[in-house]
Amino acid sequence: MKKRSARDTLIFMLLSAGSLLFLLPLWWMIATSLKSPQEIAQYPPTFIPNTFHFENYIHTWQAAPFTLYAFNTLMLAAFAVAGSVLVNSFIAYGFARIAFRGKKFWFSVLLATMMIPGFVTLIPQYVLFSKLHLVGTYYPLIIPQFLGSAFYIFMLRQFYLSIPRELSEAAKIDGANHLYIWARIVIPLSKPALAAIAVFAFNGAWNDFLGPLLYVNDEVLYTLQIGLQSFRGSVQTQWNYLMAGSVIVLLPVIVLFFLFQKYFIEGMNLTAGTKG
Amino acid sequence: MKTPARTLTPTAPKKKRSKLARREELQGYLFISPWLIGLFGITLFPMLFSLYGSFTNYDVTSRMDFIGVGNYMRMFTEDPLFWKSLYNTLYYVAFMVPLTTIGSILLALMLNERIVGMRFFRTIYYLPAVLSGVGVYFLWIQLLNPSTGLINTMLGWVGIPGPAWLSDPMWTKPAIILMKMWSVGGGMLLYLASLQGVPSQLYESAKLDGASAFRRFFHITLPMISPVIFFDVVTSFIGGFQIFQEGYVMTDSGSGGPMGSLLFYNLYMWNQAFQLFDMGYAMAMAWVLFVIVLILTLINLRMSKRWVYYEGGED
Repeated sequence: MKKRSARDTLIFMLLSAGSLLFLLPLWWMIATSLKSPQEIAQYPPTFIPNTFHFENYIHTWQAAPFTLYAFNTLMLAAFAVAGSVLVNSFIAYGFARIAFRGKKFWFSVLLATMMIPGFVTLIPQYVLFSKLHLVGTYYPLIIPQFLGSAFYIFMLRQFYLSIPRELSEAAKIDGANHLYIWARIVIPLSKPALAAIAVFAFNGAWNDFLGPLLYVNDEVLYTLQIGLQSFRGSVQTQWNYLMAGSVIVLLPVIVLFFLFQKYFIEGMNLTAGTKG
Repeated sequence: MKTPARTLTPTAPKKKRSKLARREELQGYLFISPWLIGLFGITLFPMLFSLYGSFTNYDVTSRMDFIGVGNYMRMFTEDPLFWKSLYNTLYYVAFMVPLTTIGSILLALMLNERIVGMRFFRTIYYLPAVLSGVGVYFLWIQLLNPSTGLINTMLGWVGIPGPAWLSDPMWTKPAIILMKMWSVGGGMLLYLASLQGVPSQLYESAKLDGASAFRRFFHITLPMISPVIFFDVVTSFIGGFQIFQEGYVMTDSGSGGPMGSLLFYNLYMWNQAFQLFDMGYAMAMAWVLFVIVLILTLINLRMSKRWVYYEGGED
């Protein structure tokens, strides 16, 4: 028993030291965001600001239209969540629960598309959307959200395969069609999986940089990521403002993480469960 | 898999059965139709277009003349930046994939122990993995500041003079890899889930046979989690080749950093496509990338047969 507890203590100490290391960058960000420019340039750097300049946040918020950026980002995230939850579960139901000719073929195509690096389709997709005169609008960012994502479809299909067939067979005998079974039986049973996809989709849309960078050029349509990037151009090396801006953009994700941690972890478990 | 329609009406007349089956078939295609539209509309058709476009001097607006393998020739024989960007990307992938894989396995092993505060630790280690985007890059530019940044301050405590990181061409890519190590928590969770699935009888009987912890790890744990390792390696491999934003944001809007040391493949392709509007060339670059990733993934798959263990046989 003695040996065991010595080992546990060692692991505990390693993990404690490591978690300090993992948290320090976040602390550094917050501390820097509250410092004066003089203090940031000071050597050696301070871990706790000598004076707390909370007004840095007010200045940052006033220096760029962060309210507008946040609104835009939230709107795109809402579309992403709605689209990925509804459409991916709809498609996954088809792959998991309906027998049709060519299913095996299409499913292997689906798996193959996961191997295509996004950058291969990026340029021709841009050409396509520019020919449709949609560059400069949100459509190129929203439409793909409603056409399914191979990874989520795959994840949900595995999950749906594990739902006992008897449940839907019973409904079928009562004359229910697939739409009904999907909406009334499968969806309620897959709430945790769908919640996991919802948080991932939200996080993905919130952090998306490439999409808005490519398709959005009017400042009125800027998202937080693009707004923050262009904010750098206007404040240059005023790192207290840049760090305050970064905190503003990252804080909602951190809050979301603590609120829905269960679903973040659920999503990773689903991912792990699809292997092997 | 049998069609439910068949199981319901095993003795029904043939005509009726096929009608039901056809309805079933139609519904199947209805359900997967959004994905089919996407597959053809925003994946396959654009890819075919770009395959043709890669043999032209396309510039989106005016010209699209067939120039044969001109783009490919130019890439391989007279464009040093192509090779540079490919080198930068391979360098990044070659170090990032093994380091993050080993890092997340080690972390998962420690976090799989029954120790006080484990839930808290898991949360802390996972948190950075959900953070990404411009905010994180700005934070790391600050952390990597040669004189007043956190990293070099801490290195200074143990007597190591830290490098100039993002301004020293030797150290820019290690800096990015270091930043990636901060988010090993995502992979950690993946391994944790799979470690928890290893039956404890295996360890118990090995212990009875006198197997050391070392042997138990290499002969039980590793084989049992090898499918997840394989999945993680393949996905971070493909993901690694996508690296773009780090190079774009952490250098001045895509300049590629000191001596082009952060000019990653996709960043160079992006500049060709959207700054110079040399779309034909960029599309050719995209196809070369696709072929490289495809070949490397196939090698991965082939090699996996040697080291990935599937309980209950392969599927």
